[in-house]
Amino acid sequence: MLSAGSEQDLDTASPVSIKILIAGGFGAGKTTLVSSVSEIKPLRTEEVLSEPSVLVDALDGVEQKTTTTVAMDFGRITVRDDLVVYLFGTPGQHRFWFMWDELALGALGAVVMADTRRLADCFPSVDYFERRGLPFVVAVNCFDGARRFDPEVVRTALDLNQGVPVVMCDARQRSSSRDVLVTLVEYAIRLISDSEVMSH
Amino acid sequence: MRGDQWLDRDAGPVVRPYLLTGGRTRPTGDSVDLLALVSSADANSASEVLLEPEYVEVIRQCRQPKPVADLASDLDLPLGVVRILLSDMREQGLITIRPPARNRLTDPQVLKDVADALRRL
Repeated sequence: MLSAGSEQDLDTASPVSIKILIAGGFGAGKTTLVSSVSEIKPLRTEEVLSEPSVLVDALDGVEQKTTTTVAMDFGRITVRDDLVVYLFGTPGQHRFWFMWDELALGALGAVVMADTRRLADCFPSVDYFERRGLPFVVAVNCFDGARRFDPEVVRTALDLNQGVPVVMCDARQRSSSRDVLVTLVEYAIRLISDSEVMSH
Repeated sequence: MRGDQWLDRDAGPVVRPYLLTGGRTRPTGDSVDLLALVSSADANSASEVLLEPEYVEVIRQCRQPKPVADLASDLDLPLGVVRILLSDMREQGLITIRPPARNRLTDPQVLKDVADALRRL
């Protein structure tokens, strides 16, 4: 959808914000990765947990509802004055699933942090991004003492499509976290150019 | 409702921020994207004396366009509260909110620039 000419000019002039999600199970290293590679900032969100059956969102109903606050990992990497990469750690607990759609909207892609000691913890994230068609890479956080796995073993265990990159990382290391992000951006570029080839 | 239903282990105080919003939990008008740019540059020259302190702070912080997520973090207010504040302020002509420029996200050159810049980190 293209907007009118004047807005196009505005778009070109305004900074580009790239949004990348950092997902994965609790304790898989999401916060560590965000803080090793970016300037991390506190961000709180809160949601009203309405009953699914309640369709009308009355404005006067605050006291009828349960509101919950959750802290999110939020990091920014200023690439250039006009180009900023934002990292959003997705809340791990299932009750915060409703926030994912909003976080995923307009995102370039996602990093799914995996801990081989608890690989199953990242299944929901993998499922989510596959269903949504959002490019993602799996970053296996190599914790001290964890058995080292061949990336192909992880790929098979997670039943990933062939193209999905699986990378080993140490989220504490800036260079390692950076490489994970580079892998994701390059993968997204590949998918975009593939889809352009298909459509021509 | 029992008081403890408001809170759990992860929850901070949630009632006070909603005083700012008159108890509302949803913004009016178009939804406000996390990375939408808030700008007070073209704001009506309202007398700051008459405005809520939070409004004044938003106006100060957004003289240069600022993404909603950054603003919420810097104001130390939950995102939902900030969204309601912003939609109210937009209705009053105090700020403009511009959606993020998504059409350039699929521009391979922009993404190559990002990859190159990340490699240099």
